[in-house]
Amino acid sequence: MTAGTLPEIAAVAWRRRVDERALRARGRLWTLSTGAHTVPFVAIAGVLVGIEPLLAPVSALALVHAWAIPELYAKRGANVLGPPRPRAPAAGSAAAATRAQATALGLLGDLVGHAARELHAHTGLVPERGALGVWLVGEAGALLVRPGGRRVHCWCVRADDPSLPPADRTAHLLLALREDEPGFATVANLAFSGARWRVRRRLPPRMRPALDAAGQMARRG
Amino acid sequence: MARLIRMDRTGHTTLAEWSAADESSIAAAAAAFREQLDLGYYAVVTQGEGRAEQVRELPPDAELVILRRPIAGG
Repeated sequence: MTAGTLPEIAAVAWRRRVDERALRARGRLWTLSTGAHTVPFVAIAGVLVGIEPLLAPVSALALVHAWAIPELYAKRGANVLGPPRPRAPAAGSAAAATRAQATALGLLGDLVGHAARELHAHTGLVPERGALGVWLVGEAGALLVRPGGRRVHCWCVRADDPSLPPADRTAHLLLALREDEPGFATVANLAFSGARWRVRRRLPPRMRPALDAAGQMARRG
Repeated sequence: MARLIRMDRTGHTTLAEWSAADESSIAAAAAAFREQLDLGYYAVVTQGEGRAEQVRELPPDAELVILRRPIAGG
C-alpha cells in the first residue's frame, strides 16, 4: 500500500491516526470492556447460588446476561457488513440498477485478482491483505482480521453517495483502503473488536467463508 | 487509449479518453479531470493489486484514472 494520506482524514482531524500500537490498545480496551460487562453477572450468578440454591433461576438469568452482552456487541460488529438500508426504488429503475451493478462488478473485478473475485461472487466481500492484517471489504463496512487470525476489528465506513450500485460502494472502500490503510481505519468508525469466532456466528451464512478465508490468510502472515 | 472514469449510479461513466501521443486529447481529459475534482470527486490511479495512489493532476501516462466519492465513517 502507498504512503499517501487519505483526504477524508481532514473531516476527522481530532482523531489520532490509527497504527499498529493504537489497534492493539483498542483491542485490549474492548476486551476489558467485555470483561467489565460480563464478570459482574457471572459473579452475581455464583454468589446468589452460594447464598441460596433456590435462587438458581435468577443466577441463570444473570448468566444469560453475561452471555448475551458480548453477543450483542459482536452482532453490532457483524452488521457493518450488511447492505445499507434500502431506498425505495424509483419506478422503472430495477433494470437500470441491474445494469449499473453489472457495470460496477466489471470494474471491481478489474481491481482484484481471480481468487478475490471468486470470493466476492460467493460472499459479497473482497479480501485485501494490508499491513495491519487481512481486510474484508463490503458495501458499508470492513472487517480487519489481525495477524494470527484470532481478533477481528469491525469498521463502519461507506461512500457518501447512496445512489451507487453495491459493487461500486465496495470499490470505493477498496480504493480508499489501498490509498492509505491507516487513514482508512482512522476515518472508519470502530463498531466492535473481539474474537473472530464470535463475529463469525453473527455473520450471514453466505459471508462466513470469506471470514474463514481471511482468517487463514491472517494466520499465514 | 487511457481512460478517465467516474464511479456513479450507472456503475461507471467514461468521461475522457486520451493517448500519450495526442496533446489535444490529454488537454481535454485534463479539463474533465479538473471539473470532477471541483465537484468533490477524488482521483485514484491503481498501481497493481493492493496499491493505489490519489492524484491531483491528470497523469498522462496512466492507463486508468478512477474518480470516486469521499468515504466517511457510518
